[in-house]
Amino acid sequence: MREILKINNITKIYKNQFKALDELNLNINEGEIFALLGPNGAGKSTLINTVCGILNFDKGDIKVNEFDIIKDYRKARSLIGIVPQELNLEAFETVWDNVNYSRGLYGKSPNHKYIEKLLKELSLWDKKDSKLRELSGGMKRRVLIAKALSHEPKVLFLDEPTASVDVELRKDMWKVIQKLKEKNVTIILTTHYIEEAEEIADRVGIINNGKIILVDEKENLIKKLGQKILKIELSEPIKLIPKELKNFKLQLNSDKNILIYTYDTKGKNTGITSLLSDIKSLGLQLKDISTEQSSLESIFLNLVKESENELARA
Amino acid sequence: MNWQGLKAIYFHEMDRMRRTLFQSLVSPFISTSLYFVVFGSAIGSRITEIEGISYGSFIVPGMIMLTILTQSISNASFGIFFPKFTNTVYEILAAPLSSFEIILGFVGAAATKSLIIGTVIICTAGFFVDLQIEHPFIMMFFLVLTSVTFALFGFIIGMWADNFEKLQLIPILIITPLVFLGGSFYSINMLPEFWQKVSLLNPVLYLVSGFRWSFYEIADVSIYTSLITILFFLFSCVLIISYTFAKGYKIKN
Ligand SMILES: Nc1ncnc2c1ncn2[C@@H]1O[C@H](COP(=O)(O)OP(=O)(O)OP(=O)(O)O)[C@@H](O)[C@H]1O
Ligand SMILES: [Mg+2]
Repeated sequence: MREILKINNITKIYKNQFKALDELNLNINEGEIFALLGPNGAGKSTLINTVCGILNFDKGDIKVNEFDIIKDYRKARSLIGIVPQELNLEAFETVWDNVNYSRGLYGKSPNHKYIEKLLKELSLWDKKDSKLRELSGGMKRRVLIAKALSHEPKVLFLDEPTASVDVELRKDMWKVIQKLKEKNVTIILTTHYIEEAEEIADRVGIINNGKIILVDEKENLIKKLGQKILKIELSEPIKLIPKELKNFKLQLNSDKNILIYTYDTKGKNTGITSLLSDIKSLGLQLKDISTEQSSLESIFLNLVKESENELARA
Repeated sequence: MNWQGLKAIYFHEMDRMRRTLFQSLVSPFISTSLYFVVFGSAIGSRITEIEGISYGSFIVPGMIMLTILTQSISNASFGIFFPKFTNTVYEILAAPLSSFEIILGFVGAAATKSLIIGTVIICTAGFFVDLQIEHPFIMMFFLVLTSVTFALFGFIIGMWADNFEKLQLIPILIITPLVFLGGSFYSINMLPEFWQKVSLLNPVLYLVSGFRWSFYEIADVSIYTSLITILFFLFSCVLIISYTFAKGYKIKN
C-alpha cells in the first residue's frame, strides 16, 4: 500500500513553551479512513493544523504525496482539505459565495456544476442563498465540509466532524465519508466517539501527550473487542499456574489469587466448561467468578493510563 | 503564482464593501459635505483666498488625502484583522498561497476601496466648488501610491493587533493628529515661524502639499520632496512586511 502522508519526528512547541507534539511519527495509507483517538488536550488538533500549514512546527518533516509541506507547500497543500474543530464562519456571506471562495483560494478555476453537486450531496442545496449566520450548528459543520471539499482534495482532515451533530446527521456524515473513500480520498478524522471509529475507520491511532501510543487495524482491535475475560478468584493464593492448565494460556494477577482467562465470545467453543472441570480436578477451591467485556474504550483508557504512568516515571 | 487564489481574496474583500456599500460610500460623502459646510462656509467667509485659490477649492486635495489615508489604513487593517478575529483565517493559511499573494489580495482590495472613495469625494467636491487639476497624471500617481502605501501600513497594523483596541490605537493616536496638522485645511505659511518648522517634521504635510500641487501648482514644499517622501513610505512598509514574513511570521500561531 502506498503511503500518502508521512509525518516524521514532528515536535511542536507553542509560544508559552508548551510542547504539544513530541517527536511524533505517523504514516497514513492512500485511500484509508484513519481515526485519531485521544483525550482532550492530547494534541489531535495541533497535529492536524500542523500538517495543514496553519501552525509552524519546530522539528521534523511532513510529506504529502512525497511533497514536503514547506519546500513544496503549493503542491502539498493543494492536495489537502481541512474541516476545523470550531464552527467558525463569516456571518453575512451566503453559503454559495463562501464555498466558491474556498475553491478559489486553492487556485482552482470556478466549477459551479461541481459545487452544486457537492451542496446537494451534503443536503445544503436549499440553503445555498442563506447567510452563514442563519444556519444551525449541524448545517455550519456541513458547510465547513463543503468548503474543505470544494477544491477536490486527495486527503481530507476532519477534526471532530460529528461533534454537536445529531444521530441521524451523524449517520449521513458517515455515508458521505464512505462515498469519499470510494473515490479514493484519504480521510483522517478525530473523534471522541469510539463507536464512530468502530463504524467507519480502517485503522485507529491513539494519541496522548503529543505522542502516538498505538496504531492498529480496526479489525485487530475489534478482535480484542470480541474477547471476554473470565476472572476466577481462588480461596488460597497459588505460587504458579499449574502446568496442567497450560493450554488455556492463563494469567495470574499480582496477588496470585486470581486466574485470568481470555476467550473469544464469537468462537464455537469458549473452553469455559473444560477449564472449570480441569480446575476442579486439580482440587483448587473457588471463591468467586466474574466476566468482563474488553471494549475499545477500555483498551483506549488502559493505554492512555499506561502512557501517563510512563511519563510520570520518566 | 496562484492567480485564482489572489482573485478570490481580492473579490472576497471587495464583496465585503459591496455588502456595506452604504457605509462605505455614504460616510465619506457626508463627511466631505460637512467639511465644506464647517470649514468652507464658516472659515471660508473669513479666509477668502489662499495664494489665489478660493478657500473651498484649497481644502479639497487635503480632504481627499485625509480620507484616503484613514480609509486605506482602516480597510486594510480591518481586512486582515477580521478573519483573525473570527478564526476564519485558517483557510487562508492552509491554502496554497504565498505571503506575497495574501498581502497583494488584501492590500489591493483596500487600496481599490480608497480609490473609489477618493473619486466619490472629488465628484462631491465638484458640486460645491470649482476644481481644476493641472497635472492629472501626477495627481493619479499620488492617489494610487498613497492608497497602496497606507493600505500596506494598515495591513501591518492588522497583523500586529490582537484586539480591537490595538487595531485603533495607531490610527487614533498618530495618524489622525498628523493628518489634521498636516496642512489639509491651511497653508503652513499662515502659521508663526516656529510652528512652520514643527510642521515640516510632519510627513503627512509632504503628501498633502504634493497632492495639492498636482491640482493648483501651489505647495508648501517642493514637489520632488513630496514624491520622495511617498516613495520612502512605500519602501519602508514593503521592507517591514518582507522582514516580518521572512522571519517566519504566520499571521496566527
Ligand atoms: N495556542 C496555544 N498556545 C498554547 N498551548 C496550546 C495552544 N493551543 C493548544 N494548546 C495546548 O496544546 C495541547 C494540545 O491541544 P489540542 O487542541 O491539539 O488538543 P486536542 O487533542 O485537539 O483536544 P480536544 O479533544 O479537546 O480537541 C493542549 O494541552 C492545549 O492546552
Ligand atoms: Mg481538538
